[in-house]
Amino acid sequence: MSLCIRDLSFLDWHDLSLDLGVEEIVAILGDSGSGKSLFLRAVADLISSQGNVEYSGKSRESFEPTNWRRKVGFLPAEVFWWEDRVMDHFEKAPSSDWMKRLSLDESSLHWQPQRLSMGERQRLGLLRLLDRQPKVLLLDEPTANLNESATSCVESLISEYIQSTGAAAIWVTHSESQAARVATKRFRMSDKRLSLIES
Amino acid sequence: MSTEELSYLDLSFALLLVVGLAILLSAYRLGVTQSLLVATVRLVVQLSLIGYVLRFLFASGNEPYVAVMALVMLIVASREIMARQKRRLKGWGSLGIGAGTLFVSSFAIALYGILVVVHPKPWYTPQYVIPLLGMIMSNTMNAISLSMDRLTSAVYDNRDVIEQRLALGQTSREAIRSYSKDCIRTGITPIINSMATAGIVALPGMMTGQILAGASPLEAVRYQIMIWILIAAGAGFGMAFALRMLEVTLFDSRMRLRLDRFEKPKK
Repeated sequence: MSLCIRDLSFLDWHDLSLDLGVEEIVAILGDSGSGKSLFLRAVADLISSQGNVEYSGKSRESFEPTNWRRKVGFLPAEVFWWEDRVMDHFEKAPSSDWMKRLSLDESSLHWQPQRLSMGERQRLGLLRLLDRQPKVLLLDEPTANLNESATSCVESLISEYIQSTGAAAIWVTHSESQAARVATKRFRMSDKRLSLIES
Repeated sequence: MSTEELSYLDLSFALLLVVGLAILLSAYRLGVTQSLLVATVRLVVQLSLIGYVLRFLFASGNEPYVAVMALVMLIVASREIMARQKRRLKGWGSLGIGAGTLFVSSFAIALYGILVVVHPKPWYTPQYVIPLLGMIMSNTMNAISLSMDRLTSAVYDNRDVIEQRLALGQTSREAIRSYSKDCIRTGITPIINSMATAGIVALPGMMTGQILAGASPLEAVRYQIMIWILIAAGAGFGMAFALRMLEVTLFDSRMRLRLDRFEKPKK
């Protein structure tokens, strides 16, 4: 087991549970405002929550918060940049192979972040997350600003990362077809509950 | 040389300038005329009253009265720090940080100045303690209130960026370092600027006062140098201390940004 979430409660949401196996991708569907992003932020320990969250059998509280968030990396729907150059947000520059696969211009690493388009921000945001080598990816609509071909590049890059590093992912999406493509299990968030969608 | 006597009649000529300014401002319809007049009245009343208080204090010269006066100054300055915060901590948090750091920093620096630098006899001589403490405290108050307000506003405005920095595994200090640096710079810059131009652009107020009162300019200059150094120390230490306390309250033990600990700003 990679990530084990038991009876997680935050704000008005109570007792949400979810299991994530090694190399598994679980999708969460649901309307805007149903609490999908809040759920990911609670798992990443960015907002207060009660309940049990364990990574490979060790409780969240036994990790330093910084180590937990490196292990369980959260990719927000809108990615922000704060340093002067895109490059300064990375610990080591992403491989040119990955840049190419996501159709990113290599010189964009030296740009000011303001120059990036929404789609570039999102793809570079994914590389920025993978740069920290997380073992669990919490992805909040990682392809929302991308066209079809970019979307499939991102999907294949993520599943390749997961397989090659033994990671796992919780993938929040609006798209039923994406959920069917990438995930082994699908959940729906509605009425502040998380329920398994039987296939 | 003794000071030229300034009578109330002389003062009323100075007040004529305020009347002139009020007439000019009312022509612009800025709505500040009333504030100007109220401020002038407050200036005259407050300073006249403090004149009597100080005369009494200097004549009696005993410790309890000096302590009471220092306490009143602390309360008023703490209230002023609170009033200047756009976003306050719920409960007593902001007052606690503001008053606590103001007290520790300004009293410690004033005591150091009195006991180590000036050493009057007895040490609590109100003619030294009250003006020294007042000058240190008012500058420390400005530095603390300005930097606290700046930091809470900056963190509030950039809360999404800060959360993403935390999400990438940064510590809470790393995530807000650029904002705290900016706040320290804002708080200390006015003091550094006035130290750098002291004597060239304007003669500092205290030195001017001593010279008018007949002290030798060389003596007055030495006092002024001391005062500026004490002010810089009081303001700098107080501000650094207040920002550190604020950082601790902005995040919890799991390094989560806790903006829920702040009240909604008043319109």
